[in-house]
Amino acid sequence: MVSPKKVGNQTIVFENGPFIISGHTIAGPMEGQGPLAASFDTILKDTYDGEMSWEKTESKMLENAMREVVKKADILLDSVDYILAGDLLNQIISSNFAARQIGVPFIGLYGACSSMALSMAVGSMLIDGGFGSKVICSASSHHETAERQYRLPTEQGNQRAMYAQWTVTGAGSVLLSDSGTGPRVTTATIGRVIDYGETDVNNMGAAMAPAIADTIINHLNDLKRQPDYYDLIVTGDLGSVGLQLLVKLLVKNNVKVADNFNDCGVMIYNTEQDTHAGGSGCGCSALVMAGHILKEIYQGKFKKVLFIGSGSLHSPTSSLQGETIPAIGHAVSIEV
Amino acid sequence: MLEMLIPAFIVGGLICVIGQLMMDLTKASLTPAHVLVTYVTGGVILGALGLYKPLVELGGAGATIPLSGFGYVLAKGAIEGVEENGFLGVFGGTEAAAVGIGVAVLFGYLVAVVFNPKG
Amino acid sequence: MVNKNLRPPTLNVTPEEYKKMTAQISPRPTLIKNVVLAFLIGGLICSIGQIFINFYIIYGGLPKLAASTAGTATLIVIGATLTGIGIYDDIVKVGGAGAIIPVTGFANSMVSPALEYKKEGYVFGIGAKLFSIAGPVLVYGISSSIFVGLIYYLLDLLR
Repeated sequence: MVSPKKVGNQTIVFENGPFIISGHTIAGPMEGQGPLAASFDTILKDTYDGEMSWEKTESKMLENAMREVVKKADILLDSVDYILAGDLLNQIISSNFAARQIGVPFIGLYGACSSMALSMAVGSMLIDGGFGSKVICSASSHHETAERQYRLPTEQGNQRAMYAQWTVTGAGSVLLSDSGTGPRVTTATIGRVIDYGETDVNNMGAAMAPAIADTIINHLNDLKRQPDYYDLIVTGDLGSVGLQLLVKLLVKNNVKVADNFNDCGVMIYNTEQDTHAGGSGCGCSALVMAGHILKEIYQGKFKKVLFIGSGSLHSPTSSLQGETIPAIGHAVSIEV
Repeated sequence: MLEMLIPAFIVGGLICVIGQLMMDLTKASLTPAHVLVTYVTGGVILGALGLYKPLVELGGAGATIPLSGFGYVLAKGAIEGVEENGFLGVFGGTEAAAVGIGVAVLFGYLVAVVFNPKG
Repeated sequence: MVNKNLRPPTLNVTPEEYKKMTAQISPRPTLIKNVVLAFLIGGLICSIGQIFINFYIIYGGLPKLAASTAGTATLIVIGATLTGIGIYDDIVKVGGAGAIIPVTGFANSMVSPALEYKKEGYVFGIGAKLFSIAGPVLVYGISSSIFVGLIYYLLDLLR
């Protein structure tokens, strides 16, 4: 059977693409000093925010981002059909524990740092398929919880590589709805896992760039579009090194790269913040997408945006065993 | 109070420079843990070959404070143990390093109990 | 690794070419600055150790060897405390190996995981994690010293 909504290799064109009726962001203190500070709804004063552990803080941020996004849309929590959420911690505990507090049917997703784009893609499918009318799409990360799980304890002295990225502390949510006005999710391109053999866990951007390039090329080919169709093509968290590599890969594959390309990891910090290659983590694209970019879309600055979440799908165990880093990119197009 | 200060500075500094070169010139998967293990083992080997002792005489704390100095104490303890106690002295390294290990364990524990990570 | 059976269009770049591109673009550490700072911070920490040793000899009346041990122990206490109040990781950020290799760095490598995993309890948290880096250091240090002792013992027998 031919799927009526699938186009080309891996792209879905929604018949009734859901409206993004609200967005909510909660950022950590460092993100609150960055260039996008004005776009965040809440900025935490410190990394604990009154909780006993950083894991608790992350889960609370995510829970608040879910609750507030519903409040903003002026609907009742009971009318939400699903929560889709993901994070970086083992067994996605931040999402599980946040959903425990809310009591709406929950689908936990793991796409590493691509979780925000993945949740928006799957959420749009649920609504377009008629399985629900309101879906919360969320993702979070916390610098300290991610560092301790993936790298070293935070108090342990170490010199970070110049191409390393800084895990963002933050949570973001958008509310998708079958009715409303404003921007809609029009297409989604689900990525495939691509591995170009990078083994350096500090060089996430390099590990993820081929997967993003693959998804972008497939998206454009499937829909027979050129990059200039979009006002903004924004990748999740490739950072400065990954973004340069992505552009090189795309140029080599005859994609016309204009200056409408940007990256959430590059946008979220300024150079004085000394993060080396920029931001990363689920919270990075969640904050920039549900905060800055969504606001710009609401204000009419962008009319057509392609958002590609990037995730590297390794674990600390797989890296210690010498495995290379597989990566994935999921794209959603948002159009007014 | 100030004797040996300059030799300690120079010898200690140079020992650390070797570690910095190890970290910066090899692949990034070399973590502080790898450097520390390499240094303690290196100290044991150099100590056993009699090459570390001149460094200690020359640099004082500059050679004993880096972790290679801990390896040197372990090797020295094992050799002196054999000289004094025969076969059982083979295990004498730990005895010689007992103060350092004991202090590190106790204070490490106390500090971890008292403080919380700042991030 | 790369799946050769992926359907087209895959990227027209081979993993080998990509590796070269990555190496070209990824910024390298600022080697000269790092080496100079490692020398200065490492030298400084060792000189502080020397001052304690001299102090123990002159005012404590300790023999040289005992003073050296006491000096090392003092620096361990300082390193552990600076880790507890959250300063030592900033020192390493500047000094690199100059702050990792002295015993203060060893103390940092013990305290930091113990602090970090404190919430997981006194046994599996602090107790176990205290040795996540100190463990390997002791394993390799003690084992190699026993080998040295054994070789020395055997050579002694032959003499």
